[in-house]
Amino acid sequence: MKRMPWHIAVFLAPAVLIYSIFSALPLLDTLRLGFFTSNDAGHFSFVGLANYLTILTDPAWSESFWNAMWNNCKFFLIHLLIQNPIGLILATLLSLKGLKGARHYRTLIFLPTLLSVVIIGFIWQLILSPLWGVSEGLMGKVGLADYFAPWLGEEGSALITLALISVWQFVGIPMMLIYAALLAVPEDIIEAAHVEGASAWRIFWEIKLPLILPTLGLVTILTFVGNFNAFDLIYSVKGAIAGPNYSTDILGTLFYRTFFGYQSQVGSPTMGAAVATLMFLVILAGVGTYFYFVQRKLTRYEL
Amino acid sequence: MQNTKYTAAARAALAATLLASAAAQAGTVTIESWRVDDKTLWEDVLIPAFQKKNPGIQVKFAPTAPTEYDSSLTARLTGGTAGDLITCRPFDKSLDLFKKGQLEKLDGKAGMENFPASAKVAWQTDDGKDTYCMPMASVIHGFFYNKKIFKDLNLKEPKTQAEFFATLEALKKAGKTPLALGTADQWESNQIVFTSIGANYWKGEEGRKALIAGKAKFTDPQFVAAWEQMAKWGPYMGKGASAQTYADSQNLFAMGKAGIYPAGSWDIAYFNQQGLDFGAFPPPVAKAGDKCQISDHTDIGMGVNPKAKNKADAYKFLAWLGSQEFADLYTNKVTGFFSLSNHLISVKDPVAKQMIDWRKTCGSTIRLNAQIMNRGEPAMENELWNVSSQVLNGKMAPKDAAAKIQTGFAKWYKPQQRK
Repeated sequence: MKRMPWHIAVFLAPAVLIYSIFSALPLLDTLRLGFFTSNDAGHFSFVGLANYLTILTDPAWSESFWNAMWNNCKFFLIHLLIQNPIGLILATLLSLKGLKGARHYRTLIFLPTLLSVVIIGFIWQLILSPLWGVSEGLMGKVGLADYFAPWLGEEGSALITLALISVWQFVGIPMMLIYAALLAVPEDIIEAAHVEGASAWRIFWEIKLPLILPTLGLVTILTFVGNFNAFDLIYSVKGAIAGPNYSTDILGTLFYRTFFGYQSQVGSPTMGAAVATLMFLVILAGVGTYFYFVQRKLTRYEL
Repeated sequence: MQNTKYTAAARAALAATLLASAAAQAGTVTIESWRVDDKTLWEDVLIPAFQKKNPGIQVKFAPTAPTEYDSSLTARLTGGTAGDLITCRPFDKSLDLFKKGQLEKLDGKAGMENFPASAKVAWQTDDGKDTYCMPMASVIHGFFYNKKIFKDLNLKEPKTQAEFFATLEALKKAGKTPLALGTADQWESNQIVFTSIGANYWKGEEGRKALIAGKAKFTDPQFVAAWEQMAKWGPYMGKGASAQTYADSQNLFAMGKAGIYPAGSWDIAYFNQQGLDFGAFPPPVAKAGDKCQISDHTDIGMGVNPKAKNKADAYKFLAWLGSQEFADLYTNKVTGFFSLSNHLISVKDPVAKQMIDWRKTCGSTIRLNAQIMNRGEPAMENELWNVSSQVLNGKMAPKDAAAKIQTGFAKWYKPQQRK
C-alpha cells in the first residue's frame, strides 16, 4: 500500500484555510442570507426566494436592477473593445526588437494601475472639470473648444467617460500579460518564418496571435470578472447614488446602496445579499459560458 | 441560525479582545461621530471644558467620514465594538438603531429637561413616548451673498422672488456666475435647494404635516411650484454645472467669482476661514409682506450605546451636553450649528446671528421629507436628490418630478393611497 501523500495536504493547507475562511465561507453565508428577511428589531426569518422575486418582478427594484445590469454590460463592452485591443497593440509594439526606451514606456503605462482608484477619480474629475480643468483649454488649442462638455455630468456621457478613465488606469494589466505571452513565443519559429520570407504583419497574424490566444482569453475573462465586480471608481466619483439619474449605476453601486443603505435609505443586509448573489450568478454564468464555449476550443500549441 | 461551534469560537475571540481593550482603556468615554471636520474643536475646546468639571474622565472623539458613518457604525454596534456615545442622525436612521436595541432610552435622564418638545421630535418614537437621543444642534438653510459684489453692483438682499431673479439677472450681466451651485453630488439639489426654498410655497410645517396626514400630494401646486422655480435657475448656474461638485461650488463662491451661494449654516465656518466678506438672506417669499418660512433642520443628537463599557461616565458627559456651557460653546465655536436647548445663547458670529434671527420673523420647519417619508421603498431622499438635480439641469419637467415622487410615496405609504 502506498503511503498517504501528507505533504500535499500540508502544502495546500495555508491557501485552502485562508481562502475558505475569508472567501468561500462568506460567499456561502451570503447565499444563505439572501433567503432571509429581517424585521425592525433585526430578527431574521426565512422567506425562500421572495427577495429574488422582489428584485426581478417589483418594478421599483427590477427597474434599477436591469438598469444597473445594462450599464454594467456597457461598462464591460467598452473595456473589451477598447482596453484589450489597446493592450494588445501596446504589447506588440513593446515587444518589437530595437524599440528605444521600451522599458520607460512599459513603466509609464503600467504606473496608473498601481495608483489608488480614489486618486485616479479625483485627478480625472479635476482634469475634466468645466470650472478648473485643463481639458477645455487643451481642446481650445487645437480648435475643438466647442466640443467640450461636462462629460461626467451628462446622462449620455458619464458612464462612457468613467469607463474610459478605468480603461486608462488598467490598460497596463492586459498589456503586461500579453507582453509576457509574446516574449514566450520562441525565437526560432519567428526566425524560420523570416527566412521563409514572411512579412512582420503576416508573422503577427499567423504565428504570434494564435500562440497568444489563450492569454487573450484569460485577459477577457479577467476583465469580465473585474468589471462585474466594479464599484470603487464610480463610488469615488459619483457616490453610491450614481448620478445623473442613475446613468452610472452598476451592480456594485446598486449592491452597496441596498446592503449598507445610503444617506437616509436604511440598508437591508438580506436584500443586499440577494443582489450580491445575483452578481455572483452573473459572473458564474459568464465564466461558465466562456469555459464551455471558448476555452475548450482553444488550441494550445506545445512549443 | 449559525453553526454553533463557529459562533462559540467567535464569541471567545471577541470576549478576549474586549477584555484586552477594556483593560487598556478603563474610564475612557468614546464618542462616535460623522463630524470629522470638528475633531480639533472637540479635542481642544469641548472635551477640556468637560474635563474641567469632571476631572479624571477620559473622553475620546473618534469620528468616521460622513458617507461611511452609518454603515460602519452599524457594523460596530452589531459587532459590539462601538463607542459609548453615539452621535445620532435625525429621524429614521436613529429610530432604526433604537428599534434594534442599539440605543438607550433617555427619558428623564439628566440634561434632557433643557430641551423643548419640538427639538426632541427628531429622536423619538412615532408615538412620542420614548426619546433615545439628546438633541444637540440644528442647521439653517438660506442663501449667502458676496458683499463686495453686491456693493459694486449696487444690489440689495432680495426679499421677494421677483427681486431674487432680478438680482440673478444683474449678476449675470456683470459677468459673474450668479449662483454657485452644481448637481454632480446631487444632495444639494434637495437638501439645500428644494426643501429650503420650497418651505415658502408649502407654508413650512403646514405643508409637511399635510403630506404626512395624507391631506396633500406632491403633485399639488404648492409643491410643484418649488420645482418650477428651480427649473428657472438653470441659466444662472454657470457653465458645466452638471459636473460641478459641492466643493467646486464652495471654491467658486470663496474665490469671489459667484454672487450667491445656496447655503446651509454649517458652511459659515468654511467661508470665514477663507476670509470672505459675506452676508445671508432667507429664501425669498412670493410677494412682499408674506410670512417667510425657513428650513431649520434638527440635525445632530447624541445617544448612549446600551453595551457601553463606561455607561456611568457616558451619562455624565450627556448631562454636560444638556448644559448651558455646552450650548454656548457649541453654538459659538462650532459656527453654523445652533444649539437646540432652551438656554439663552448670544451668537457672536455676524452671519450666524443673522441666520438665527430669522427664527424671530419666519416660521421654522425641518427638511420636508426627513420624518416618516424616508421610510419606505423607494427611498424618497435618494429619489429627491435625483429628480431635483434633473429639474435644475433642465432634464425633467417640474410636474414630472412631482409625479415621480408622489408615485413612489403612495406606493408604500397608506395615508397617501386614499383617493
